[in-house]
Amino acid sequence: MILALEFPPLTHIVQWPAFLFEGTPFAINKVVLVYFFGVILTMALFLLGNQKKLVPTGMQNLAESSVNFVEDGIVMQTMGPDGLRYTPFIMSIFFFVFFTNIFEIVPVIQMPASARIALPMLLALTVWFVFVIVGIIKQGPFGYFKNALFPPGVPKPLYLMVAPIEFVSTFLVRPFSLMVRLFANLLAGHILLVTFTVLTAGLWVADWTAIFFPLPLFGVIFFVAFEILVSVLQAYVFALLTGVYIDSSLHAAH
Amino acid sequence: MTDTGLAAIAYGLGAIGPGIGIGYLVGQSVQAMARQPEAAGMVRTTMFLGIAFTEALALIGFVVFFLAQA
Repeated sequence: MILALEFPPLTHIVQWPAFLFEGTPFAINKVVLVYFFGVILTMALFLLGNQKKLVPTGMQNLAESSVNFVEDGIVMQTMGPDGLRYTPFIMSIFFFVFFTNIFEIVPVIQMPASARIALPMLLALTVWFVFVIVGIIKQGPFGYFKNALFPPGVPKPLYLMVAPIEFVSTFLVRPFSLMVRLFANLLAGHILLVTFTVLTAGLWVADWTAIFFPLPLFGVIFFVAFEILVSVLQAYVFALLTGVYIDSSLHAAH
Repeated sequence: MTDTGLAAIAYGLGAIGPGIGIGYLVGQSVQAMARQPEAAGMVRTTMFLGIAFTEALALIGFVVFFLAQA
């Protein structure tokens, strides 16, 4: 059984035509729409969690337990009590990344905003600015760069080698790996889902019983479940690393 | 061999190291959690951090795959 399945080239599964304000810098396509949904949902979580009722109900319950999770699971684990004032920042990062990721399995939309490099890059740059600025405020401009580039306890001549390595790993590799991790995970997930969906659709047209052979249909079901896990995990890892990087600025290595 | 074939082989080679690394890392973490269940929360956080750093290599390979294909 040979099937001439037409697999769309990569550009066709991540590039969407604009449908509003076409041709202007404010053009809106599906990805921009997902940004808007992400912002609205994150803001809704903050507003609903801020009702200050003594006995929380419904959405407030959910919002409060998610704040609890971010505080205990991410902030306290990485930064300790000093970091509690960064909870709102970590929380917005976590939920914005999560909401823009989860749209990869929401029917009709089915596009993770992070599968385009723009969003991961913006988020990684934001985190980069935040941890550098926190470091400069907490340790002073001189102290911060001294602690970051010249870790104490290294023999003097070795600084010639250690300082450039520390510079690259702290100021270049950190934002880059943060960006690529989110981008590549979501792009890979999106490609996997498209592959199995196209395969199932092609087999359905050619010979519909074929989709019940283990691979395609069960592949789709399995990978949708797997992508839910990936969405949550990537949001968690992104927030966790943000916490670790801010912690390295709050507390100098010694 | 086409560029696509080479890119696929390059990614396959790039995935070996992180594969071994993550396997070892998670195995050790599970052992640590089994030996000391009260430290499970801390071990889990550190485990995810380690996975994130190890996995980055495979993901860079994934990006190189697309760059090499073009």
